[in-house]
Amino acid sequence: MVLSDYARLIRSKNAGPFLLTFDVIFDNSDSFRKIQQSGALSTKAFASMYRCDESQVKFYECENALAFKFTIPRPTVQGVFGDPDLHGGQQYAPLMNLPVLDS
Amino acid sequence: MEEIRFVAAGGALGAGIDEVALTEAMTGRPHFIACDAGTTDAGPYYLGSGQAAFARESVRADLRTMLTASTRANIPAIIGSAGTAGGDVHVDWTLDIIKELVEELGVSIRVAVIYSEQSKDFIAELLEEDRIVALDAAPKIDVETVRRSTRIVGMMGVEPIQRALSQGVDVVLAGRCSDSALFAAMPIQMGFPEGLSWHAGKVMECGTLAAERPGPGVLFGTITRDEVTVRGIGRDVRCTPSSIAAHSLYENGDPFLFVESSGVFDLTKSTYAAVDERTVRIRGTGFHPAETYTVKLEGATLAGYSSLTIGGIRDPFIIRQLDDWLERVEMRIHESVRELLNGVLEREEYKLAFHLYGKNGVMGSFEPPAEQLPIEIGLVVEVLAPTQEIANTIAKLCRQPLLHTSIPEWIGGVTTFACLHNPSHIERGPVYEFFLNHAAIQDHEGEFFRHEYVELAPRELLASTLGD
Repeated sequence: MVLSDYARLIRSKNAGPFLLTFDVIFDNSDSFRKIQQSGALSTKAFASMYRCDESQVKFYECENALAFKFTIPRPTVQGVFGDPDLHGGQQYAPLMNLPVLDS
Repeated sequence: MEEIRFVAAGGALGAGIDEVALTEAMTGRPHFIACDAGTTDAGPYYLGSGQAAFARESVRADLRTMLTASTRANIPAIIGSAGTAGGDVHVDWTLDIIKELVEELGVSIRVAVIYSEQSKDFIAELLEEDRIVALDAAPKIDVETVRRSTRIVGMMGVEPIQRALSQGVDVVLAGRCSDSALFAAMPIQMGFPEGLSWHAGKVMECGTLAAERPGPGVLFGTITRDEVTVRGIGRDVRCTPSSIAAHSLYENGDPFLFVESSGVFDLTKSTYAAVDERTVRIRGTGFHPAETYTVKLEGATLAGYSSLTIGGIRDPFIIRQLDDWLERVEMRIHESVRELLNGVLEREEYKLAFHLYGKNGVMGSFEPPAEQLPIEIGLVVEVLAPTQEIANTIAKLCRQPLLHTSIPEWIGGVTTFACLHNPSHIERGPVYEFFLNHAAIQDHEGEFFRHEYVELAPRELLASTLGD
């Protein structure tokens, strides 16, 4: 199974022009907790998937929103020459394929 | 006052307001209507160029809908971050549309205009006085960077809006403004809890994007002494605990703490519960007042002028050695620039970028290694140079290397690139960059934001008044 089998929404977005934020949101606390306990989501897993420095990844578990959040500095500031994704909206695809809850 | 009620007319002024839903919302007797008109998300171009991201016609249509409803109900309409970036030119552009609508709708209104553009001299002074604080991942700046820049705005919180509202105006037209502050201003002014008021603003400023299936509709908010309710109005607009909780953390780096000028609102203890199938109740949101009042700054600076060449590659031999082929293409381009623009342009004065759609065009360095070769590659070659003329020249110099850089597999002449356009290059004009992620320490109210009050009435009415 992969993360997109469980999450109701996986997305990425600018959090201002200098940060990029990723949300993984569930529609029931059962799935949220299973993923939380599996440890599949972590700064380490994220850093290795996006090949960035683990110390730059902030990871949040938001039980009241049944959501996980990762925030990193944008690889280039929004709109700077060469920035391929102005809104940061299409950076979540690799997260969808993160293996989770392998039985 | 037991409760305060309000409507988020849309997610962005110019994106379309659902008139039917708004009419229904007005039967709930709101105390104000608000709509956010800007964002940095549209990119630095708008702050730099002074233009708006939405077409004038779209903004005009939405303002018409909004003002029709607000004047009929005799409640204030609050518009923030006018014209996408909230510079003075953007505010005046929007005010101009309002003047047209006053004529067209035959209404007389009093408008509070709040300007938020900052002079470069003032910001440079603040920098020298050590009153500028760098925020997360902020670029390095100095007085020179500030003076070289194109435009700077300060982001207002609730206070400048409250000051305008206390004058009993019909419309508040604000320059750059915290999106949430548009909605939080009046509730906080009326003494409703700050945390809940800010939280209501945060979930409502994007309109129905906070609903389960974003689409046409409006959001209706109510704040009491201990809770906020947010209701979706529109055929398929349902706010659920899950959708509102999820939207609460949208576009913010930290899902719990939200920094505003006057303090931080805190969602750590927020709870979300369904009232009915389209309404959600929020409780528990806190607020920590700031020790120092700060104004977030946004600034754009001219990066240069750009030209593009767009095309594609289908030859699997080229695709399997794409990086190598591209390196040779790039080398030939740099060589011809060096030869032909000798003395005009140094290597560090221009930039080339290759966007390889089909390979890593969307994600760049984030793209995981691919398991198979793509069938075709879409190639966008981007040039950045100090003048448009030079950018065009370099884009033209890209053409031959792209068209005719051979690979060892073929013996004889071959055309290696499919040009999409004729001429093959596209002139993009000036391009800008955000150069500030900073906050300024405010010394006294009114230091950053300027209020002007404008009485507007249809010409016919004015003429008859003057005749009296």
